[in-house]
Amino acid sequence: MLVALPPWVPMVISGFVVLNVVIGLVTYITLLERKFAARMQSRIGPYRVGPHGLLQPIADALKLMMKEDIVPTAADRRIYNLAPIVFLIPCMLIFATIPFAPGLGVADLNIGILFFLAVSSMEIVGLFMAGWGSNNKYALLSAMRAVNQIISYDLPFIFSALIPVLLTGSLKLGDIAAAQQGSLLKWFVFYPVIGQLSFIMFIVATLAAENRVPFDILEAESELVAGFRVEYSGMKFALIQLGEYAHMIGSSFLGALLFLGAWSGPGPEALGPAWFLLKMVLMFLLVTWIRWSFVRIRVDQILALSWKALLPATLGLLLTTAVVVVWRTGGF
Amino acid sequence: MLDQNKTTRVEMDWSGPERLQMNMGPQHPSAHGVFRAIVTLEGETVVAVDAVIGYLHRCHEKLSETLTYAQYPSIASKTDYVAAMTSEFAYVMAAEEIGKFEVPKRAQYLRVIVAELQRIASHLLWLGTWCMDMGGALGGGATIFLYCIRERELVLDLFEALVGARLLYGFFQVGGTRYDIPDGWAQQCRQTIDVIESRIEEYEQMLEDNAFFLARAKGVGIVSRELALDVGIAGPLLRGSGIDYDIRRNAPYSSYQDFDFTVPTEQDGDCYARYKVRMQEFRQAVAIIRQALDKLPAGPISSRPALKSVAQIRIPKGEAYARVEGPRGEVGSYIVSDGSAKPYRMKWRGASFSNLAILPHIIPGHKVADVVAIMGSVDPVFGEVDR
Repeated sequence: MLVALPPWVPMVISGFVVLNVVIGLVTYITLLERKFAARMQSRIGPYRVGPHGLLQPIADALKLMMKEDIVPTAADRRIYNLAPIVFLIPCMLIFATIPFAPGLGVADLNIGILFFLAVSSMEIVGLFMAGWGSNNKYALLSAMRAVNQIISYDLPFIFSALIPVLLTGSLKLGDIAAAQQGSLLKWFVFYPVIGQLSFIMFIVATLAAENRVPFDILEAESELVAGFRVEYSGMKFALIQLGEYAHMIGSSFLGALLFLGAWSGPGPEALGPAWFLLKMVLMFLLVTWIRWSFVRIRVDQILALSWKALLPATLGLLLTTAVVVVWRTGGF
Repeated sequence: MLDQNKTTRVEMDWSGPERLQMNMGPQHPSAHGVFRAIVTLEGETVVAVDAVIGYLHRCHEKLSETLTYAQYPSIASKTDYVAAMTSEFAYVMAAEEIGKFEVPKRAQYLRVIVAELQRIASHLLWLGTWCMDMGGALGGGATIFLYCIRERELVLDLFEALVGARLLYGFFQVGGTRYDIPDGWAQQCRQTIDVIESRIEEYEQMLEDNAFFLARAKGVGIVSRELALDVGIAGPLLRGSGIDYDIRRNAPYSSYQDFDFTVPTEQDGDCYARYKVRMQEFRQAVAIIRQALDKLPAGPISSRPALKSVAQIRIPKGEAYARVEGPRGEVGSYIVSDGSAKPYRMKWRGASFSNLAILPHIIPGHKVADVVAIMGSVDPVFGEVDR
């Protein structure tokens, strides 16, 4: 006897599952990054905890849980305590619209990409709260930089992400992925000229949106110690870290979906999510590769790069794409 | 007292319109030691910088009055612990000048070899930490840093084989050197400098082909020729500002006149020029070591008997100043001797100290991120600044 479930129950269950999968993914992608960076630097990386350091992320999480939770006397307690949560929520929410396989996801909204872009830029609120509430000069400077940077790089990020939308003609992430199925050449990264250019711009904007070297002026530990999270310890620090990596994984998923054909790949259809995951990891490693080989650029150079180069370029490319799409569909 | 009811305000220490005073150091990731820069910011731009030193003062000059000429070279290492051989070198040279001691040719060549190896080790550490200042401990800077440390290890292995210590050596002795090179050391040394020479090219490719690195280094922290002379900076900083001055060539000591090397100079005076000078100094150091190993004469390593007691070396009354070209510039030592086994007075001249004085002249007007880049390009070692 089947009991008719109210429609929100599967949503809640799938949301719960995705949330936990993401947290698991975050813990192990940090290990992957550490191993990758270690190999780049002719080191071994985590090795002692478990075979090949496989239990290292768990040990780290346990350590962070047991750390003392310090709140600076002069901090604005409410804002300070709330900031990690405000920061984490948008970073987790972005996974809601990602379809991990045809029909497999929490909610494949018909404005999915819009939701993703809107929510992912909400993390700046948490960042700013953390920077302001800590009552620390380094954190404050970092928060100011964060506002500058996110505002500057959200536009190129959105414009470069909109190019696949134009090519597909739909804002729904499921449709964008579906349009790239069938053959390798249908992936938008292989779309002549426009595909490659927009992919490069997307990577650059992603680096900035994720605050990774060369655009990591927010945490800039050589001058701002640790930036906005300098006063955080224990679980609050872990939440910020979790949010940051979740955001990175989310952006990597988006990049893999928009440009690398999402779940398309050889083999049976059931392998789709595995391909998607693999492409996400590749996107992540690309960003990591850049991170561990570049030096950080200065705040004024970052803003100049965005407003003088990246924004006009993405805007021009978007317009060109629009013209090309109209021309190819015989609109003229 | 802090009013607990008012603690939820953000204290900004306004000392003018839109100004923020921020401490960088003494405990700060950018400080190459315990250096405190109090920077005044307008937004991101530095308008004033106040340098505070003295956190690492260890009474080195007073200490030397209590230690004999046989003991102190090992302690002299600690003034500039990144280039320990250089300070030992200056100390024994001053003592030899008062005592009019001859130094055998072999000892002179050995001194040159270790001094140049030390220059390589010191510049490697500088390159790594400077890139880390610009690139972050969680970025490309850390990658370069670890590469540089890997190569520095090779040099330290050579020193370990020579004297048994890796950081503070005590290799120099008044009248010569304390140890001769062991069997096979020359071969190991040749291999090491070959490796380092090839790796230097890799670093140059990695950095100079990188637009972000160039954007951070070029045109930042410009020291003009006049300013360089006024402030009295030394070493690669001076040569980066277009002044062709190197004690090894201008006032040769320890047989430097026997070797064929050039003194690299750059005209721009910015961080990139200082970087270029140091990168070329790597190659010159390698060339000098090769020549010294090729021409290394046989013979004794000291004009004095081997050390048997700490008070064995006595030096007649007199005073002398001796200087050597260290990795950071002129390292000098001034000794006043009263005829006993210990100096009556002793004074260090550290290159880092005079180089550090350039900071308040060049930092204002730059962004916060440039402060660390400029500080790194000056390459101060605080053991030498505070002594």
